[in-house]
Amino acid sequence: MNILEADGEALLAGLRKLLSQKNLVTDAEIAARRASTDNASPGQGAKMVARAWTDPAYKALMLEDGTKAAEMLNIPMIGMPPLGVLENTDEVHNLVVCTLCSCYPRAVLGYPPFWYKSAAYRSRAVRDPRGLLAEFRTTLPESVKIHVVDSTADYRWMVLPKRPAGTEDWSAEQLAAIVREGDMVGVTVTSVGPR
Amino acid sequence: MFAPGDAVRVKNDWPEARGPAHIRTPHYVRGRLGRVVRPLGSYPNPEDLAFARPAPERPLYHVTFPMNELWPEGRADDALVVELYEHWLEKP
Repeated sequence: MNILEADGEALLAGLRKLLSQKNLVTDAEIAARRASTDNASPGQGAKMVARAWTDPAYKALMLEDGTKAAEMLNIPMIGMPPLGVLENTDEVHNLVVCTLCSCYPRAVLGYPPFWYKSAAYRSRAVRDPRGLLAEFRTTLPESVKIHVVDSTADYRWMVLPKRPAGTEDWSAEQLAAIVREGDMVGVTVTSVGPR
Repeated sequence: MFAPGDAVRVKNDWPEARGPAHIRTPHYVRGRLGRVVRPLGSYPNPEDLAFARPAPERPLYHVTFPMNELWPEGRADDALVVELYEHWLEKP
């Protein structure tokens, strides 16, 4: 039989049955992974960011061990690559790229946006980060240093954006609602109000 | 083993010119001078994993390069940070 012409559903059912019979993967494990994949979205990362902005101890943990910080918020990390978190400050702005392929912190941000995998983004992020940021309408003060983080091996990286001014009395829920996917990749900065 | 702050040079090696290869060291850092940020643990070598060979664990480091070390127009105070395996690093 030609595998390209096979009935995909039947093939998948057969594979799952074999995995289960050989005790390699249980149905429960597959169900759990499907659920965590379905739940993975930028909203998960935004929850972590909002917590870090409102809880200094959590922020310290997040910068030390992103995986533990995600698990503390019940984001499933079993079997996922280790998560590193890069803090944006008044002095440093981080920008994440994967020049080799499309490594992305899927556990906390979900599927990467379409441009993340484009050859243009991948090549320009490392060579001309300021020009690239300008196209995302992100302008940084001249004094801010850019750290481009090329995600090429076993870690996955997310950015902890700067908390925008004027949000001092906001709750974690309100803060999470303004954190966007691009803020956690570093192509944009978190701001209050419509973008 | 390298420690945070150590100066390192990435090997100017091109295994892809010698045959099929899977390499996680981007071409643009090869031969360049950087500095270790911190160790990131040890992982099975992806250069072997990709070919289903036994893959011994290799120490991985976060290494930072000033942008002007990589590109003629790069700013000296901007940086490129990348994960590199120990067997790609040498003392300059």
